[in-house]
Amino acid sequence: MSATTYGWLVLACPLVGSVGLGLGYRVWPGRAAGWIATLAIALSFLFSVLAFIKLLGAVPDHRQLTSTLWNYDVSAGVDAKLQILLDPLSVFMILVVSGVSTLIHLYSVSYMTLDRGYVRYFSYLNYFVFSMLLLVLAGNFVLLIVGWAFVGAASYLLISFWYRRTTATRAGIKAFVINVVGDVGLVIATFIVFQHVGSVQFLTVFHGVHQDFARNGAPIVIACLLLLVGAFAKSAQVPLHTWLPDAMEGPTPVSALIHAATMVTAGVYLIARMHVLFEWAPTAADVGAIGGCVTLLIAATIALVMTDIKRVIAYSTMSQIGYMIMGVCLGAYSAGLFHLMTHAFFKALLFMAAGSVIGAMAGNQSLDRMGGFRRALPFTFACFIIGGLALSGLPPFSGWLSKDDIIAFVDHRGGAFVILGIAAYAGALMTGVYTFRMIFRTFLGDPVPEAVELEHGHLHHAEVPTNPMTGEEEDTDVGFPGPGHFIAEREWPMKIAMSTLAVLAVVGGVLQIPGVDDAVTRFLAPTFADSKYSHTEVASAPAWVGLVIGALIAVAGISIAYRIWVARPGTSLRLRERFSNVYVFLSHKWYFDEIIDFLIVRPVLWTGRLVDTTGERGVIGGFTDATTGAVRATSAAVRRGQTGFLRYYAALMIVCLGGVALYFLISST
Amino acid sequence: MNIGWYLVVSAIVFCIGAGGVLVRRNPLVVLLCLELMLNGANLSLVAFARMWGNQSGQIFALIVMVVAACEVTVGLGLVVAIYRRSLPIDVDELNELKG
Amino acid sequence: MSAVLFFIAAIGAITGAVGVVMLRNPFYSVLALAFHLVSLAALFLLLRAEFVAAAQVIVYAGAVMVLYVFVVAYIGGGEQLTSGGVLRVLGPLFALALAIELCIAMLGAGLSGVSSKGAPYIPGFGTPAHIGTLFLTTYLYPFEIASILLLAAAVGAVVLARRRRGLEPDEDVEARIEAPRPAWTGTMAEAGGIRVPVQEGWPGTADGERVGTTGQPNQEGGW
Repeated sequence: MSATTYGWLVLACPLVGSVGLGLGYRVWPGRAAGWIATLAIALSFLFSVLAFIKLLGAVPDHRQLTSTLWNYDVSAGVDAKLQILLDPLSVFMILVVSGVSTLIHLYSVSYMTLDRGYVRYFSYLNYFVFSMLLLVLAGNFVLLIVGWAFVGAASYLLISFWYRRTTATRAGIKAFVINVVGDVGLVIATFIVFQHVGSVQFLTVFHGVHQDFARNGAPIVIACLLLLVGAFAKSAQVPLHTWLPDAMEGPTPVSALIHAATMVTAGVYLIARMHVLFEWAPTAADVGAIGGCVTLLIAATIALVMTDIKRVIAYSTMSQIGYMIMGVCLGAYSAGLFHLMTHAFFKALLFMAAGSVIGAMAGNQSLDRMGGFRRALPFTFACFIIGGLALSGLPPFSGWLSKDDIIAFVDHRGGAFVILGIAAYAGALMTGVYTFRMIFRTFLGDPVPEAVELEHGHLHHAEVPTNPMTGEEEDTDVGFPGPGHFIAEREWPMKIAMSTLAVLAVVGGVLQIPGVDDAVTRFLAPTFADSKYSHTEVASAPAWVGLVIGALIAVAGISIAYRIWVARPGTSLRLRERFSNVYVFLSHKWYFDEIIDFLIVRPVLWTGRLVDTTGERGVIGGFTDATTGAVRATSAAVRRGQTGFLRYYAALMIVCLGGVALYFLISST
Repeated sequence: MNIGWYLVVSAIVFCIGAGGVLVRRNPLVVLLCLELMLNGANLSLVAFARMWGNQSGQIFALIVMVVAACEVTVGLGLVVAIYRRSLPIDVDELNELKG
Repeated sequence: MSAVLFFIAAIGAITGAVGVVMLRNPFYSVLALAFHLVSLAALFLLLRAEFVAAAQVIVYAGAVMVLYVFVVAYIGGGEQLTSGGVLRVLGPLFALALAIELCIAMLGAGLSGVSSKGAPYIPGFGTPAHIGTLFLTTYLYPFEIASILLLAAAVGAVVLARRRRGLEPDEDVEARIEAPRPAWTGTMAEAGGIRVPVQEGWPGTADGERVGTTGQPNQEGGW
């Protein structure tokens, strides 16, 4: 079978899984739904690997394959086919997506047990994986937009999965609305491209960009800026980032899959795929890079003060994606995508481990109430350490190699971009601090009552389930989390998934060690052959200097965290008092929510109310009322002729009879 | 005899009946006047049948008689029903079918 | 001779008609109409319509008027001639106008088809034999329809005049309207939260199983 057939099969497996699970939602007993969903994604991963092998077997020039299923909309100059593009970039993405998804499905099989919406969860999760695969396999803009929209819908469905929690539904709506803003940007950008090039297919567009657009001219810059709007909304970059921390209302595996490893990387994929356009509009690319850099700094500062364990990891995701966006905007495609892959590994691992801790805490997510779990949750502790070290960028973990790959490239670009490089190192320092703040507060120190209970072998269960954010009471029926709490130490599916990711987080970096091998770059070369940075190679020596600096910064960050939270307890409180203004500013997340509420939400609501009262009720309502009033008045007037008196009716008849006779009389003379 | 005379008689009878319908208030008498009008029409039908030598007019007159009989039956049934419900026997009072 | 008879019959008809309209007692009006009908029968005879004349006397004066007599006897009579508004004056005026108009039409140059004498006629014109033949051949259709009309009128008269006590309440239907619907069938009462149904016996739940705090059902394999 050809590579593209494998591509279609990769898409078909999760779709069949999702639909099959959804249609038979009452039928699947126990955990069968979970195993079926995991099997579907595992098959998808298998087909991705087969496609990968097939692609490697072909000559590098012949590695951009398209395959059309049918003509979707061929009319009036638009030529949108149901077409996938199988090239190194998309194969790389489907490998990462399906691989990590398989492990997260495996984790969810036990994590979501006893939840009343078990089957629904797996149907939605499969649907999400299908949408993400569709997004990265799309061969033209139309299918990309379809996948983009589906992914947004899946994200909404999964964030508000526990739909009877008001906080969850509000978060889902917020995520969806901000995503729609991004969708608008993407669609308008597509239109501008179509207007100039005349086609929506990727390969045609990429070949035609140089002729049809002026370099750095207004149309291409606007198109790329709009693409950036889409990418920033999906990847939660400033200023369209406010949905990501709220999206932590969804179940933890959802956060791991969607908001760490896959959906938020769609923006990075978009920019990498559209690299031809971005290179032709350097202004837009620079804007993107600055945006990514700003995000990574802002997110890192906020993560320093967050007290909800999942939100710390969410802001960390935002920060790391800032690195990736900065990388692909400046031309470091393989570095950015390599970081995407390693980030998927260690971030998913961190989320899974956080899920385990939350299970031990019976649903509570606050760092203030956690402590001393290292003896009660040894496996989870090990996973956290591995993930945290990879995230901070300590050698020889994968994060070290991938993050510093990006920074080295940025510095290599030179000029003003060195500032971005320095900012990136500052971000790396803060990464180390906040990551290990989280780890030290959760696992070191005196064990909290839940930890003590667990050490004695009893998993803590809350008597009355409550909403972790607001504390209001819930039950465990449909629409709320189930009564089960699961930790990795006791559930073998969770253990297997986390171990696999831990191993990958440790050894994943060997793919691209400067001076030794560059497997990722070579694999992705056919896609980026038309990039002007394709022959820009950072020499070994500067790369190793960067790596050493990165390692030192990571160590510095970890030791700062150690000193503040472990070595001298009470330091954090004193620091907080001294810098209380800064603390308040950061804990309000730089007031982005308030600004957006003031600038956008309130005017829109006001306009809506105005249209309702004046436009709807006044104009349209008045018009219809006037019409009905006129009709009523007329019919009332006519009704007065119906008196009910027999004799008047008879008189009328006689008179008219006379009239008719008169008429005939006159007309016959 | 000039047919015209018969037609004049028919017209006079018809118009007397029409006047009676307009003037009288007892529904029974209104129905009687209605009978007058029908008879006037019958007379002119038979007159024309004689004029043309065609018996269709007489057939028509017989059918009109049948119809009149039916209408009287139903009409009188109505009046009896009205009487049974103790409603006033006065067409000016029986005016509920109005808009 | 025929002219004399004509005038006698015509005056009788008109007198009867006037009597119907002017007499106060409805009983007298009925009698006047009977007189008018007999005069009209005479006129029909003069027009060589023997069968029609006979039918007039037997059916109209004989049956219909007798019916009227019965009803008038049942109901009684006596009312004011008119006291009804403007039609007291206008009514006769309209009738007069119509009469004048019709006369002008007939006698003037309008209806030029009216010839002064009757046409030559076949022997047996107006006899029952000829009328019967016509009814059963050329005019069969109106004949049958007329009989259906008579049937309808008979049924209508019976229906109108019978005593009715109204419908009996149907206990069966009433009981079904009042009975509570099974749980979770989606009545408006449930949607409005007014009525949280009882759980016993509803398929899929065990007896006494706890319902969720907002009244959602415990469904198997929940969604």
